[in-house]
Parts: sequence; C-alpha cells; structure tokens
Amino acid sequence: MSNIVLSLNGLSKKFGSVVANADVSLTLERGEVLALLGENGAGKTTLMNMLFGHYLPDSGTIDVADANGQLCPLQLGHPLAALSAGIGMVHQHFTLAENINALDNITLGAEPLLAVRRSTRLARSKIDRIIEKSGLKAPLSTPVGRLSVGERQRVEILKALYRDANILVLDEPTAVLTPQEADTLFENIKAMTKDGISVIFISHKLHEVLAFSDRIAVLRHGVKVGEMATSQADEKAIARMMVGAESPKVERTKIATGDPVLQLKNISVAGRSKRDSLEFVSLEVHAHEILGIAGISGNGQGALAQVVSGLMTLSEGTIQVGGKEITKPAPQAMISAGVGRIPEDRHREGIIGAMTVAENMVIERLEDSDIQSRGLLRPDAIEAYARILEHSYDVRGPGVTAAARLLSGGNIQKLILARVFERAPKVILASQPTRGLDMGAAAEVGRRLLEARERGAGVLLISEDLDEILGLADRIMIIRDGQLVETKSHDREAIGLMMAGEAA
Amino acid sequence: MDILNILLSESFWAASLRIATPLIFGVLGALLCERAGVLNLGIEGIFVVGAMCGWLAVWLGAGLWGGVLVAALAGAFFGLLHAILTVPLGLSQHVSGLGITLFATSVSYFSYRTALPNVSSPPRIEPFQPLDFPVLADLPFFGTVLFQQTALTWLALFMVVAVWYVMNRTALGIAIQAVGDNPDSVEAQGLSVFALRIGAVTAGSSLMALGGAFLTMSAFDAFFFGMVNGRGWVCIALVIFASWRPGKALLGALLFGAFDALQVRLQTQMGAAVPGQVFLMAPYILSIVALVIAARSADYPRALLTPWFKGQR
Ligand SMILES: Nc1ncnc2c1ncn2[C@@H]1O[C@H](COP(=O)(O)OP(=O)(O)OP(=O)(O)O)[C@@H](O)[C@H]1O
Ligand SMILES: [Mg+2]
Repeated sequence: MSNIVLSLNGLSKKFGSVVANADVSLTLERGEVLALLGENGAGKTTLMNMLFGHYLPDSGTIDVADANGQLCPLQLGHPLAALSAGIGMVHQHFTLAENINALDNITLGAEPLLAVRRSTRLARSKIDRIIEKSGLKAPLSTPVGRLSVGERQRVEILKALYRDANILVLDEPTAVLTPQEADTLFENIKAMTKDGISVIFISHKLHEVLAFSDRIAVLRHGVKVGEMATSQADEKAIARMMVGAESPKVERTKIATGDPVLQLKNISVAGRSKRDSLEFVSLEVHAHEILGIAGISGNGQGALAQVVSGLMTLSEGTIQVGGKEITKPAPQAMISAGVGRIPEDRHREGIIGAMTVAENMVIERLEDSDIQSRGLLRPDAIEAYARILEHSYDVRGPGVTAAARLLSGGNIQKLILARVFERAPKVILASQPTRGLDMGAAAEVGRRLLEARERGAGVLLISEDLDEILGLADRIMIIRDGQLVETKSHDREAIGLMMAGEAA
Repeated sequence: MDILNILLSESFWAASLRIATPLIFGVLGALLCERAGVLNLGIEGIFVVGAMCGWLAVWLGAGLWGGVLVAALAGAFFGLLHAILTVPLGLSQHVSGLGITLFATSVSYFSYRTALPNVSSPPRIEPFQPLDFPVLADLPFFGTVLFQQTALTWLALFMVVAVWYVMNRTALGIAIQAVGDNPDSVEAQGLSVFALRIGAVTAGSSLMALGGAFLTMSAFDAFFFGMVNGRGWVCIALVIFASWRPGKALLGALLFGAFDALQVRLQTQMGAAVPGQVFLMAPYILSIVALVIAARSADYPRALLTPWFKGQR
C-alpha cells in the first residue's frame, strides 16, 4: 500500500487560445497539506476544477486511491464521480443557491432525490457537530442570499466537510474570512489530517501557506514551475518562483492633506439587519489622504460602502462630494460627482459578466466623446482604449472582446481598477480591494491607491486586512456595530482589540 | 347594488372556481418550468394539445381518466421537445417556446381534421360530471361552490398542495429551486443540471396539458378551434403575480376566474348600455393591474432564461 492518495498525470486545458494548464502533474500523500500557489490567472482554479470534474481535461488522467489504497483512474468530467471517490471541493466562486437556506445547500445531492419524505433532523445535528468542531458558524435556516460574504464562505466549506471527503480541495478558502476564523479553520484542517485526510489549498496569503502547509507547488502561466517542502521555503523564495522576480515594496511619501473631498455627516441607514445598518456615522476624507476603515466583517462596512456608492437610501444625514451636497444619492449621481468605486463583491457588483472586458472598462464613462458619438458607441475606439488599459493594468485572460466573466478572480479586480483609476476620480471607495489578489497584484493595488493619493484623490479604504490598512492609511477609523470611532494609535495589537470591542 | 348581489351569489363563486381550474393547472405548470430556470412559452399550444388529445382519446373510446392520461402524455411530449431545445442545446427559450406553441396548435388542428374530415358540428363526448358528495353538497354556501365541481377541479386543487409539497418539502423540489437560481450549486453537488431541468419542464408541461383537457372534458364536451383563447398567456402573467409560489398561484387563478365570472354577469345585466367587448377586456386589464402591483416584489428565479453549459464560466 503506497502512501499516495491522488495523482494528477499530465493535465492540460486550453480555453480558446488561452492555455490555462499545460501538462501539469501533481501527487498528494495521505495526511498531507499541499499548498498550490501562483499568480492570478496562473491556472490553479482550472486545475482543481478538472480534478473535481467541472472541466474535462484536454489531455491527462487522474488517479485516486480507493478504500484499499490502490490508485484507480477517476472518471473525468463528472463531479459525482469525484464526490464518490471522496473528493470534496470548496469553490472560489461560491456554488450556492441563494433562494434556499444553508442547510438545504449543504444537503443538496447528499440525500436521496426521490424520497417522499425528507428528514432534516439528522442532517442538522451532523452539521451542528461539524460547526462545533470547526468553529465555522453560519445561520442554517436563512436563505443564503441574505448571508454576508463571510457566512457564505463558511457555508461553502461546511458543504465540503459534510460530505466526509478524504481529499479536501480548498480554493482560496480564507479570502473572506477574518484572521481568527482563518486560523481556526487551518487548525481544524491540521487536526483532520491526523485522521488521514489530505488537503490541497490555494491561497495568496503566504503566512498561511508557511504556517499550515507541508509542501508547496507553484504554477506559472499554466505550467508547474516548482515544488518544495514548506520547511525549506521562505516568502522570498516562493515569490521568486511565482513571478520569476521579487515584487518591489510599496513606498509611501509624506504629503500634506488638502480640502475635504468626501464628507459624511450623521449618516444613519436602516438595513435589513443590524449588521447592515449605520448609526450617526460621520467622516471626512481629504485630498491627498487615505482613510482606513478597520473592522471585523459584518459591522456595517457593507452599508458604508453602499452609502458612498449611492446604493442605499439614507434615513438621516448628508453626503458631500468635493464640497457639494449630493441631495439624491444614486449610483449615477455619485459617479458623476467623482466617486470611483471598487466594490467588495466584484463578480456581482463590479462587472457585468456577460458583457465584454472592453465594455466593462468603459461602462462608467459612456457619455465621453471618445466612447460615443451622437449616442452611438464607437466599438473600435472602445476596443483600442481597452487594449491600452489591458496592457497598462496587466489584465490577463482571453482578450478584451471576451466576456468579462471568463477572467480569473484576480484579473476581474484588475479590470475594475483600470476602470476606476482611468477616470481619475476625486474620491475612491475601495472595499476589500486586495481580497483574492496575488502578492504582485496586491502590491500593485497599493501602489495605485498611493498614486491616486499623490495625485490629489481621497481614498476611503475599507478592509479587514489590518496589515493593509496599517501599510496604506494616513488615518484609521474603526467600525463596530454600525458606528465609527477614530483611533490615533497605529499599533496592531491595540487596533485589533478595538475591532473586537474592547476598550483600548 | 348589482355587483354586491353577484358577489354574494353562490353561482358566481362556483363559476369562478370552474373558470380558474384550467388556469390553476397552467400556472402550476409554468411555475414548475420557471422554477427550474426555463420559460415555457409553449404553454398556449400545449393547452390546445391537451384539449384536443384528451377529448379525442375519449371520443375514440378511452375512459375519461384515460383521456386525462393521454392529454398529460401529449403535454409531456411537447415539454420534452422544448426542454431538449432549450436545455442541452441552449437555444433561446422565447423562440423555442413560441415555436412550440405554433407547432403544437397546428398539429392539434391538423389531427382533428384528419380524424374527423367530414363533420360540421363537433361531436360531443360525455364529460366529467360534478362529483356527488352526499351531505357536503347540501351545505349552505360551500355546497354549491366546492362540492358540486367535477373531479378535474378537485385534481387541480390537489395539485396545488402537491406542487407546494414537492417544491418545499422534498429534496427534489429543493434541487429544482436551486437549479433555477444557480445551476453551479447543483452541479457541484454531483446532480445533473440537465436532468433536473428537463424533468421539471416535462412535468410542468403535462400539468399545462391538463388545463387544456379540462376545457374539452369538463367545461365543455367538445373540441373547437380557438377554444383555448389566450388562457396559456394568462398563466405566464399569473406566475409572476404568484411570485413562483403555488399558494399564490391558486390565489391568482381564482382572482382571474372571479373577474371573468363577474364580467359575464355584468354583461348580461348591463348588456344593452355597454358593448360586450368592454366586459371581455376587464379581466385582462385587471390582471395587468394586479401584475404591475405584484411584479415589483416578485423574486425571479435568478437563472431564468440563462442556459447553462458544463465547463463554462
Ligand atoms: N471557463 C473558462 N472559459 C474561458 N477561459 C477560462 C475559463 N476558466 C478559466 N479561464 C482562463 O484560464 C486562465 C486561468 O484561470 P484560473 O481561474 O484557473 O486562474 P487562477 O490561478 O485560479 O487565478 P486566481 O488566483 O485569480 O483565482 C485565465 O486566463 C482564465 O481567464
Ligand atoms: Mg482561482
């Protein structure tokens, strides 16, 4: 009996002219945690989607160990075959139905479809046990559409755990979790490996990778470029392998701040629940300034972002952009007043997936005369413009005339950055702007935000990543239960305590 | 005063339920298809097929329930055709649906003419009779309204409960809801998106055909050209009114039935003063108004009209 539980043999996959994977081979041992790294668009998700049967490889085979430890070929292109072979997958783009609740999403397909009666009691107690063991709490009876992104992520993980997988694939499972949740998750995963479960996880957070993996494999442009034991790796070595060079550190200069460009005065909004409500929130962002909003997710960040995007009706308070009051906040009004928006949920609120990359790039400036003349779009001009942006923002994928949904998660973010920064907005709202981005791309976002600050924009940076806020923000405010407090402290520990609600 | 009298009469409510019956079948069928993410504009034609096949089967000697079965199977056949065109082949649901309506309608008329080349007045069958509930039928109000309806009306009411139960209380129903919201959720759990959608559309279409069968086998006793008369389209609107919920679907169908019953009565009372067409329009206008109010809060199945293909983002 060999120790190998999974072996990918020479998998290749092309999408049109894009080579997503070329001859990738990989093995996984029992009880091992393998980290799969690579830049945005390197082909990590594609590889895992082939393993799980979502995509049919162009060539190559997959072997999975059966109950006796014998490697047997896996039927390709069938998620059901993967599930029955004991493979569980946590998808980067959540595969959750929003009109049914978490419990139903979790048990979907795991119970007999044609049974006349359905008992959820056993399922519920099994899920409760998993929640207790893993610390991944999520409301089970609320429709998933009403859950926060963090909660959805937890449901997506619970779904895989519920199926008793012995090979667990996690595609960026911690992208939207708080650091505490991420740590608990990985401690659990560690514990599960003791029972013989093997794990492949994808992450852009190197500290996680270094702390929790046994082995690291790196993809670049669809090719496996290296593998090493985690004990022999450090951040520099990994970065070099991923991008072929080390990414430069972002430098921030001291600048005097200017006039206020965004002012919220005593804003209150009543959301559907407490966590998307705000209570008498006031803030000012000045030109040449980055204001960081730190806080644990679900404390009103969503509502704050929606207010600044013009998506929410205020029950009280006023908004001023560039000194002028916005009397009727609406998305168009905010955009023309000079607000650029990098939304938190980039798939749903950032792009229109069915439209092309080029169209998505110009969608906020359709009135401009280089985009349209007399009400008719100028496709050639749009395409040419998009090509320039594609190049300068390094948007990689099947090209500017392809549908935007085909881009990898990280490249969708680059598309949004290109759209926002090219308009040189007075105010930039950046919600979790580096979530799911590779190190290079994340550094690039930081650089662009600082560049905008230098140019004279004011940036409202909402992030759960404290390091990001400490690295970029001039001033820091903490959001908790829909209220904002300013802190003078730039001390990690102190801010962390304030986020959690303890006096500091 | 007149209206009040009408609204208080037993016969008015009995007629409302009778008129609502085919719509109940139709809305439930459309609901099933759309919950799975497929719009079925073949409904109008499937009504015609159901009306014609059920009636013809009985005329050719099958029992009444045999006729109902034949109608359901015929509906399932055209539903399957629509499903194959729109689900694995991913064609436009609008175009395919309208095509099915045209096709199914003409095939029905053609078969009718082929089966009965030389008749001028349509031959009659012995239709479903009101069910005889011994004591209940003599109850003051409900006796007439509920307990003197035919078996098909009872079947329709039973179907409301059945569809509700399946959609909300069984794993199958939940999978259908999921596939209409996000097909990836279903595929990631090892279920087949195609099978669920094709199954739901086929089942939904056979319900639609029962609506047609009610017309020739219960409401009337013969098949006429043009007898479906837009009832299918009404169902497409009602399903939005119902926000894709069986309970509300019943309510919507009853509301339309009541408008229609009211219209007929007003027409006979005030026929001289106002042209009859005004009254004929009334139920449709009122349903548009009801729809406008209800549609604002309707939650559309998110994947409605969107074909899904394996391995595509
Ligand atoms: N279904 C598809 N159709 C067309 N192109 C695709 C499809 N899936 C992936 N691609 C392309 O394949 C490449 C690899 O994408 P993939 O999602 O695997 O990257 P990734 O390594 O997971 O990136 P990220 O870190 O941003 O998630 C990208 O260029 C992407 O645009
Ligand atoms: Mg990915």
